[in-house]
Amino acid sequence: MNMTPPADSVGLVTTQKFVYEQPFALCCGRDLPGFELVFETYGALNPDRTNAILICHALSGNHHAAGYYESDSKPGWWDSCIGPGKPIDTQKFFVISLNNLGGCHGSTGPLSINPATQQPYGPDFPTVVVRDWVASQALLADHLGVQKFAAVIGGSLGGMQAMQWSIDFPDRITSALVIASAAKLSAQNIAFNEIARQAIASDANFFSGHYSEHDQTPSKGLGLARMIGHVTYLSDDGMREKFGRELKSGDPSQGGDVEFQVESYLRHQGQAFSQRFDANTYILMTKALDYFDPAREHNDDLVATLAAAQAKFLVISFTSDWRFSVARSKEIVNALIAARKNVASAIIESDHGHDSFLLPIPRYVSVLKTYLNRIYRETCEVSK
Amino acid sequence: MTLRADLAVIADLVNPEARVLDLGCGEGELLAYLQSDKAVNGYGLDVDADNIRVCLDKGVNVIEQDLDAGLSNFADSSFDMVVMTETLQSVKSPEQLLQEMLRIGDECVVTFPNFGHWHCRAQLLLLGRMPVAKHIPHSWYNTPNIHLCTFRDFENLCKSLDLKIIERRVVDHQNIERPWGKLMPNLFGPVAFYRLGKTL
Repeated sequence: MNMTPPADSVGLVTTQKFVYEQPFALCCGRDLPGFELVFETYGALNPDRTNAILICHALSGNHHAAGYYESDSKPGWWDSCIGPGKPIDTQKFFVISLNNLGGCHGSTGPLSINPATQQPYGPDFPTVVVRDWVASQALLADHLGVQKFAAVIGGSLGGMQAMQWSIDFPDRITSALVIASAAKLSAQNIAFNEIARQAIASDANFFSGHYSEHDQTPSKGLGLARMIGHVTYLSDDGMREKFGRELKSGDPSQGGDVEFQVESYLRHQGQAFSQRFDANTYILMTKALDYFDPAREHNDDLVATLAAAQAKFLVISFTSDWRFSVARSKEIVNALIAARKNVASAIIESDHGHDSFLLPIPRYVSVLKTYLNRIYRETCEVSK
Repeated sequence: MTLRADLAVIADLVNPEARVLDLGCGEGELLAYLQSDKAVNGYGLDVDADNIRVCLDKGVNVIEQDLDAGLSNFADSSFDMVVMTETLQSVKSPEQLLQEMLRIGDECVVTFPNFGHWHCRAQLLLLGRMPVAKHIPHSWYNTPNIHLCTFRDFENLCKSLDLKIIERRVVDHQNIERPWGKLMPNLFGPVAFYRLGKTL
């Protein structure tokens, strides 16, 4: 980057790699012969090792959550919330952010070489589910000397990971922050994911996922998938405010291929995304979203599913989010109350739809900061 | 930790490790006390952003939920005690809410400002003005209180809804026992305190 990072930034960051060299059994029944996870850390682990926070990324996220790379002028995807003095305060907490298994930003995934064939896995990469991610994150925590997280935090698909942590490793997390998430996707939500997958599959360059063998990328299909997703992450009001019906030429009689501002914006988003993301990973991640349903193993009883949890929960939703609506968060809250767990909830007024969870909305920031400061006082200062 | 006098009266009624739901929990004073001193499993409902932030700071289980939207998300008899302090007068449907409270809780405590207090009566009778008093501080045009009532009104409602009054008290924030209030609550009691139970 060509500028000095802002004072409330974690500054320049570097990516680290965790190599796990033993076979790793996945929920689908297949094994990975081992795996690599790329991750970043911000802040320092305290001597008692009580101040670690795990950040779980959403569908298209990665390990670069905060700070800047030498070569880049844009910070990580959640830089608004992670840094010195920010809600996830790196002066207090040791923050870990990783790229999940199946990702396309350095962790083992469809782009990695399958040792059995010496070819990239491509579409043959095994199905991974949220539970697999959590299990691999626990191994990363072991590697970093973290026995118990002060908090596991995630929005959307990341919130699902935080929930799964509370179920699978109840004694390894003090709090779970579940933001703009759901205990399982609705049929409508799965439908949007399926449309996105079909958009990718219908690209002539997709070759049933074997596009790299043909030196191709299904960038049109992936771009289209992203455009669909993007619309569902915004709200009607938010789009009206951002784009209105503004025309590029200012003259409606011109017609033309791309006339409305919103068209140009979506095309740009789709195109940019298709250059930085892998189509097979996109399919894998949307499948992980669709299959997430921890209550399924407990006769669809979410209360029974959460019975083992020991964490304190904070559940946050946003008024204009219709992809992961307030009602979905209420289902989680109600189940936690029925299970007699410690839970607090906040419903944040916002016009920005599902994307709200990535934005520095003042009340949202204040809720996160207040809650995490409390967690810090309870878990890190007491132990001193 | 010292508790506001009227809340201390309620806290005394709660058994250790009880399940408590506080409707309109404000800054979570009662629940914070019950959690730390009585190991209570408590939840508070509120909609005010500042109140919710203070509750989070205290480590209170605060749920953002509007009482006017109902309590259908809570199961029958899922709480030992449901508390609502000085909130009844500002909800849309006090009648339904009272019934809901006793559906959810085995017992409930309700407190509200007494509109029959002599101070209120005097203002209306002698000055011809809507009462403003220490326990009802708002003017008519900015009051959140849309369902003010008296001791007598409330007891009539309990009777018609078949709710059992276990105990009646006169309280204020200082909880000074005033003999007149005890003798003639409807005229001299500023804040009404009722403990209700299910009619068997």
